[in-house]
Amino acid sequence: MDNILTLMIFIPLIGAAGIIFIPGRYHEYIKAVGAIAAAIPVLLAIPLYMQFDPANPELQFVERFSWIPAYNIEYYLGVDGINVAMIILTAIISFIAIIASWGINDRVKGYFALFLLLETGMMGVFCALDLVLFYFFWEVMLLPMYFLIGIWGGPNKEYAAIKFFIYTLIGSVLLLVAMLAMYFSHGHSFDMISMAQSNNFLNHAPISLFGWALPFAKTLYIMLFICFAIKIPMFPFHTWLPDAHVEAPTAISVILAGVLLKMGTYGIFRLCFPIFPEITKAFGYGIAVFGVINIVYGAFVAMAQSDLKKLVAYSSISHMGFCLLGMAAVTAEGYSGAMMQMFSHGIITSMMFLSVGVIYDRAHHRQIDGFGGLAKQMPIFATVTAWGFFAAMGLPGLSGFIAEILVLLGSFEAYRFFVFLAATSVIITAAYLLWTIQRMFLGPVNEKYKDLPEINGRELFTLVPLGIITLIFGIFPTPVLNLFHNALANLATIVAG
Amino acid sequence: MDLQQSLWLIFPEIIIIITIIVVVLAELILPPQKRHQTGWFAATGLVAAFFVTLNLFKVDTAAEFFGRMVVHDAWSLFFKLFFEISGFLIVIFSLGSKETRGKNQGEYYALLLAVIMGLIFMTSATDLVMILLAMETVGILSYVLVGFNKASSRSGEAALKYLIYGATATGVMLFGMSYLYGLTGTTNLFDIADSIAQSETGFTLTVIMLFILVGFGFKIAMAPFHMWCPDVYEGAPTPITAFLSVGPKAAGFALLLRFFFSTLTQPALDGAFTVVGTFKWPLLIAILSAFTMTVGNLSAITQSNVKRLLAYSSIAHAGYMLMGVVVLHTAGLRAILFYLIVYLFMNIGAFMVVAAIRDGIGSEEIDDYKGIGRRMPFAPIMLALFLFALTGLPPLSGFIGKFYLFFAVIDAGIYWLVTVAIINTVISLYYYARIVKAMFFDEGSQTTPVPVTPLQIIVVSISAIPTLILGIYWAPIIDFAEQSIQMLM
Repeated sequence: MDNILTLMIFIPLIGAAGIIFIPGRYHEYIKAVGAIAAAIPVLLAIPLYMQFDPANPELQFVERFSWIPAYNIEYYLGVDGINVAMIILTAIISFIAIIASWGINDRVKGYFALFLLLETGMMGVFCALDLVLFYFFWEVMLLPMYFLIGIWGGPNKEYAAIKFFIYTLIGSVLLLVAMLAMYFSHGHSFDMISMAQSNNFLNHAPISLFGWALPFAKTLYIMLFICFAIKIPMFPFHTWLPDAHVEAPTAISVILAGVLLKMGTYGIFRLCFPIFPEITKAFGYGIAVFGVINIVYGAFVAMAQSDLKKLVAYSSISHMGFCLLGMAAVTAEGYSGAMMQMFSHGIITSMMFLSVGVIYDRAHHRQIDGFGGLAKQMPIFATVTAWGFFAAMGLPGLSGFIAEILVLLGSFEAYRFFVFLAATSVIITAAYLLWTIQRMFLGPVNEKYKDLPEINGRELFTLVPLGIITLIFGIFPTPVLNLFHNALANLATIVAG
Repeated sequence: MDLQQSLWLIFPEIIIIITIIVVVLAELILPPQKRHQTGWFAATGLVAAFFVTLNLFKVDTAAEFFGRMVVHDAWSLFFKLFFEISGFLIVIFSLGSKETRGKNQGEYYALLLAVIMGLIFMTSATDLVMILLAMETVGILSYVLVGFNKASSRSGEAALKYLIYGATATGVMLFGMSYLYGLTGTTNLFDIADSIAQSETGFTLTVIMLFILVGFGFKIAMAPFHMWCPDVYEGAPTPITAFLSVGPKAAGFALLLRFFFSTLTQPALDGAFTVVGTFKWPLLIAILSAFTMTVGNLSAITQSNVKRLLAYSSIAHAGYMLMGVVVLHTAGLRAILFYLIVYLFMNIGAFMVVAAIRDGIGSEEIDDYKGIGRRMPFAPIMLALFLFALTGLPPLSGFIGKFYLFFAVIDAGIYWLVTVAIINTVISLYYYARIVKAMFFDEGSQTTPVPVTPLQIIVVSISAIPTLILGIYWAPIIDFAEQSIQMLM
């Protein structure tokens, strides 16, 4: 189909517009429309996957129209190895999250309208190949997130919401300035793909700022990198994440961790690496250092948490560090491992946050030490949660292992010591996750919770598919790896020079 | 140019004058409870003037007339339309707001129309005397309008502050203008430009231009001449605040640009301009722009009154627009014109909602806005829209305005200014979001619904539609701005 990308991006928006016209008291209709609007992109992802040809290095499903001719701004969408996995991930996670949102009962109309607007933004970011269009969709995500966290969130929601908003906006304005500077240096075009194919940034005149002469390409690279590093989140720009994740409602945490974090690494893959390959190679060591800091620091801080959701949040920071490490290693395995980690972590962290949501809905607190022996009362829930946690620690047989082994394999040659540190952190990760399982599910039954209801059908419906995905791709990852392996191998060759 | 042609060229202003007379007569004739209908006469007059102005676009050639005091060119036509539209919105705004009900309705609308006429003359004036005349018309009548709420002591205080500050600023400007006359021997802008180009006028010219900048800077609320702004905006009736934030500000920009670009620059290649004379005014304006933005945004953070906060925000927006002056390129001028259009709708919309909320709950404090999101049907959502548009977030029109400004500045390579601007944008998010947070995230103490009148809904909708659409499709407006930057040089 020719317009499959436009449909995938804008059907949620049409759903949001439809929800605005439904009177606010018809909760069931609103939730149904929301689910349908989120299900259609999943259905569209199937032909997208089937018809995508990984061996073809050209862009596929391209839609290209002139939007503002005077400034060469185009409505330019396209799919290649770098974004196809992310588009499919977004569709799946958004659908799961909408089903998980059926538990919302307050101001339902606003919630679902904002959620679908958010999905439009997320899809658009991954599909856009024109910088202005990319920026548009990037910013479109900010407002709905602000409201979704700030209205339906936990006790400290206003603080978390504005912190998330301001932090991400700082990144966005850096992206804006870099984007405009690139436009003027690239013959007045915003086309990301053609920027990657030309090379005229390296010899550009320096930027003069307050008396200093900053090298043009390196400054732009750092600005773009900081914008995306805030999203990943890379240490030291990670401080918004624990607050945002903990205070957000469950489904929004799933979207935040499952999709939004991947936009940071996607942005680096799409903008920083192809357009500035020499600088990437020069900065590779630095990126690896930050990646390892993420992995180790994230793991240790996660171990110290007493709030279950905060623990999962810090484990996200730790896992995204693996992406960074893989991206620093200029090898096909490293890049494939990073992209696999992006996909796999999206699935796994969604499972973890959904599990946290299940227990929070019942017990209304998230203190790990406040539970005990839940496995006796809720065996199915315990199994599913343990499944998610095993995947998070990179247990072989589940997809996290594939990602981590590829990253470590790819980085081994260049960063032996960092690989050693990362592998050691895998032990720390296993430690805190197993310890959490032990504190929550095993041991003597906590008297307060001996009558807790078991996990219900809707919650299982959100968790089990994710679990199956992570199992299948843990044993047989080829369908996913094939999507991006060729494109990333080409990219690695370009960066390696 | 003969008299008949000249009169046709100012026919919109003549229509406004006729409308003033009609409004004053109507007030005398109508019984007291129907006096507010004079507002509808005013609105009709402005609509008629709008259509006549559209007709004036057919007169292609730029020309000076009335003794070379006034000019007809694309720049002045743009602003004629601008003030007619903004005047119309403010008149409807005033009709729908409780603050401007009371005695002297006809006088209010007559004064408003007269200020609009003064604004139009400000933007088409090409003679020092005419500039002064127009600025004083606008100024003195604005002082009266600010103090219109006789029952409110804040209103009277605001009027007095505005008067004293304005008189001082205008006095300094007049002093500078008198020296300019002494230096060049003429009061016509173009003759002054020729004179400056020919002779080497160093220090005197700098001092003169600084004094004149005081007057212009006061009108656009540029730091350090902005101190009157928060008090005046807070004390004036909200329709007048809305009017002040777009009308005199736009006219001040039009006048500043015409003055500086006519007398102190020469057009060069590719739409760029070169500075004439030794006064390095672009650098000065760049520093003032950065200063204005920063002062406006930082001061807004601590405000608890929404109108004061919006006053500081409009100071900051003047700072952003000044960036377009610095680049000395038609791209900058175009960016300023576009920004003025989107700013018009965002600001009037925001003030309209503030007025509606004030009519409903009687307060302008952010603390009293808590929980309003649940109590009012759609005004808080619109206010959130306008506030985020003012921040400059896509896909709203405010982003496109900022985009064009940043575009021009980055093309000119003035990276330090753009850095200051982006830092200020992020800071501004904080205080705009604070209002949104109070309305939607916080729980208020009451839950009674707050009504919104149909007129208020109309003004908000008229402002909201361009704010939404121009964020996605803005080509016609930017083309219009592009063709309007032809100033007679």
